[in-house]
Amino acid sequence: MAEKILLWMTVNGEARSAEVFPMARLLDVIREDWGLTGTKEGCGEGECGACSVILDGVLVNACLIPAVQAQGGELLTVEGLARKGELDPLQEAFLHHGGAQCGFCTPGMLMAGTHLLAQGGPGDEAEARAGLAGNLCRCTGYNRIVDAVLAARREHP
Amino acid sequence: MAQSPIGSPVLRREGGAKLAGATQYTDDLRIPGLLHGVTVRSPVARGRLRAVHFGEGIPWEEFTIVRAADIPGRNAVAHILEDQPCLVDGEIRHAEEAVLLLAHEDRALAELARTRVRLDFEALPAVLSLDEALETRERVWGEDNTFKRILIEKGDPFDWAAAPRVHEGTYRTGAQEHVYIEPNAMIAEASPDGVLARGSLQCPYYVHHSLQALLGLPPERIRVVQLDTGGGFGGKEDFPSMIAAHAALLSWKAGGRPVKIAYDREEDMACTTKRHPSRTRIRSAFAPDGTLLALEIEFILDGGAYLTLSPVVLSRGALHASGPYRCGHIRIEARAVATNTPPHGAFRGFGAPQSLFAIERHMTEAARRLGMDPAELRRKNLLRPGDTMATGQVLRDAVDLPALMDRALAEIGYREKRPLDARLHERPGRPRRGIGFAVFMHGGGFTGGGEVFLGSVAAVEGTVEGRFRVLAASTEIGQGATTVFGQIAAEALGCPLEAVEVARPDTAVVPNSGPTVASRTTQVVGKLIFDAALALRKTLLESGHLAEGGDVSAAARAFIAARGALRAESRYQKPPFVQWDDAAYRGDAYATYAWACYAAEVSADSRTYEVRVEDFVAVQEVGRVVNPTLAAGQIEGGVAQGIGWALSEEVVWRDGRMANAQMTNYLIPTSADLPRIRAFFEESPYPYGPGGAKGIGELPMDGPAPAILNAVQEALGVEARELPLTPERLLDLVEPEAADG
Ligand code: FES
Ligand code: FES
Repeated sequence: MAEKILLWMTVNGEARSAEVFPMARLLDVIREDWGLTGTKEGCGEGECGACSVILDGVLVNACLIPAVQAQGGELLTVEGLARKGELDPLQEAFLHHGGAQCGFCTPGMLMAGTHLLAQGGPGDEAEARAGLAGNLCRCTGYNRIVDAVLAARREHP
Repeated sequence: MAQSPIGSPVLRREGGAKLAGATQYTDDLRIPGLLHGVTVRSPVARGRLRAVHFGEGIPWEEFTIVRAADIPGRNAVAHILEDQPCLVDGEIRHAEEAVLLLAHEDRALAELARTRVRLDFEALPAVLSLDEALETRERVWGEDNTFKRILIEKGDPFDWAAAPRVHEGTYRTGAQEHVYIEPNAMIAEASPDGVLARGSLQCPYYVHHSLQALLGLPPERIRVVQLDTGGGFGGKEDFPSMIAAHAALLSWKAGGRPVKIAYDREEDMACTTKRHPSRTRIRSAFAPDGTLLALEIEFILDGGAYLTLSPVVLSRGALHASGPYRCGHIRIEARAVATNTPPHGAFRGFGAPQSLFAIERHMTEAARRLGMDPAELRRKNLLRPGDTMATGQVLRDAVDLPALMDRALAEIGYREKRPLDARLHERPGRPRRGIGFAVFMHGGGFTGGGEVFLGSVAAVEGTVEGRFRVLAASTEIGQGATTVFGQIAAEALGCPLEAVEVARPDTAVVPNSGPTVASRTTQVVGKLIFDAALALRKTLLESGHLAEGGDVSAAARAFIAARGALRAESRYQKPPFVQWDDAAYRGDAYATYAWACYAAEVSADSRTYEVRVEDFVAVQEVGRVVNPTLAAGQIEGGVAQGIGWALSEEVVWRDGRMANAQMTNYLIPTSADLPRIRAFFEESPYPYGPGGAKGIGELPMDGPAPAILNAVQEALGVEARELPLTPERLLDLVEPEAADG
């Protein structure tokens, strides 16, 4: 087996490190080494988006990223959205629109939504639907998730 | 109070934590000394286990290993029967059946070890489909592979030879996987002193019951706690009892060390329950004017290898099989058969989506064959209050089904759009459009005498701080149970919402309010909570601590200071009119029903045969809506699952195993696949529900599939009778020659 490496990253604005195997999944580092269990595993194969995080400004599935590839990167997880215990506008919109039911897809959805908003989108419902299509939700039928993202964009342009 | 809690769009109680990513699901807990459990499973559908070999390169001495012989009590997952073993003991009855359990602190090593166990077995011929079970060439259960039969008859035998118009059809539906996004997971700590099982589950007392038999322990030594659960839909109704059993056995053998079993997606999809595949044959007779004269329905479910919950699923399917129609002569023969596939289980709708799919497809076909508009045929035959249903139940619900139907058709633009669709169809090569709909109902709560048998109990108690706690075993699985319970209790107590807490389901704390299934949580358990809260308020009034209009919290504090505890319980009592004869299958099958008409507009691409739902309208009458946001969320999510079942979700079976146990090739709808689902509510308060509410959880699963396939009939003129209607199946129907060539 390969030697462990020292992985260091900026995670939700704080410097963090961990001794991990280079091919360890970023998802496991986030959840197990750093205890940030808000990021979920729904499939482990890049299909459900429950593990979505933003790495250097790009929305990625943490279950597919080897730790070595994230070296030195800047990572945003769901725990990094709220400020001083205050939900951010997208989280607020999810709450008010009923965008979370069981909540298991929610962290990933929030990251996908955050990413869409950071890109200046989505302009309309169709764009929101296309932009969130990499994240599966089995509970909501997506109406309320789409509404929340559109509302966040409207209210905090 | 400004607004009464029932009826307002109160925010989800646990919503803040879920949005912050702070909610801890089972696999998120960090537990010192934890062992990871894995399951070694049968690769064959039927056979005899001869021996187990432990391969090289694994430090087996570090492992905790459990086989059937290690089970201290009975080797069974106790549900209706105790036929399903917890671990194979000689006889293998389905692929993926659990044979051996391993546990180790190192999860990766445990996973590796699982692949190094080799099972030596003799394979036997297996029964792999409903049709093979009916042929009875191989017998895998009783004389004729039948778990359960149900016969429902209404009216005298019908003279089919004299029927003016007869239509017949056979309808099939496939298995459906739940795909809750959180896979199953349980943690157990078991020693001879007692057992604690925690995890992702719907029914704490089912697990509790099952562990007693397995470990030979009295009920008070077993404690089951539900942890935050990432979706269930029926998939965490019975199977968690199996996983809890496995984790408990490993922990027991490991001297009480905690053991976690967390399935990955593939194991969850391949090994846990799915919706029962079905075959329904319908023969109907109509008068020339479209009056429905007689219905003869044969309804068959594939139960899989063990009985589990199949008789109850069959019952609900049979009781919904004749749909919302007035008909003098009805004969429904229902049968659940045994095969060598993993047992099929509860999934939102519980048999009703299968039989309602068949009748609602059938009615549209019959209308077209009679040269009638499907809406007009239904209008002639829909049940009206006072009519008699298949079991002889007199319809008491004050429902106006034709009006529900008209509202749905108006919302989707049925009258305006259909002439346009016809013009569109004259242009070859363009996607064709069609609008279809289905009218249906869903019985709330358990079938027949089931609720009486359960005798559920819920409680409300006051705390020294002047707060109130709702105590029920019903679980929050995303549907909003805790929010709704809080609203119901606050309404009955006359206190602000913030003064109410809802206890975590923990068998050491909450009474048995029954399982979280059957659209019963709001309607049945909610009513128990409402009544318990009313009783508690009455205690405060009668003791003089509370005056009408006074502060309930202050009164509770004063009461507790003076007398100690403040608590009220309520036990289920059936509405007085409900009469049910289980032997004859006669009477009030359900105390009440939710009623609906769902309409779908589809486009069908005439080159790729892909069907897209362009618009979806769901109109329903569900009694009083307790929480509009949550209720609409339930409908939208259920419709999405129904659309997936209708068009894309196909379990591919190979030798009795699910060959596509991955999210990459078992396709649930994404946001881009779905239109905005438009839900509308009619509210006709149900006197025996909390504040007038009825159950709604399962209803939305029933309508989408028939509505969509009815729309495909309008678009392409084909009578599609099998789910899912994939492009391949549609091609077969439109161009049988092309498909054969
Ligand atoms: S867990 Fe990473 S995409 Fe599903
Ligand atoms: S809220 Fe349950 S999966 Fe999306």
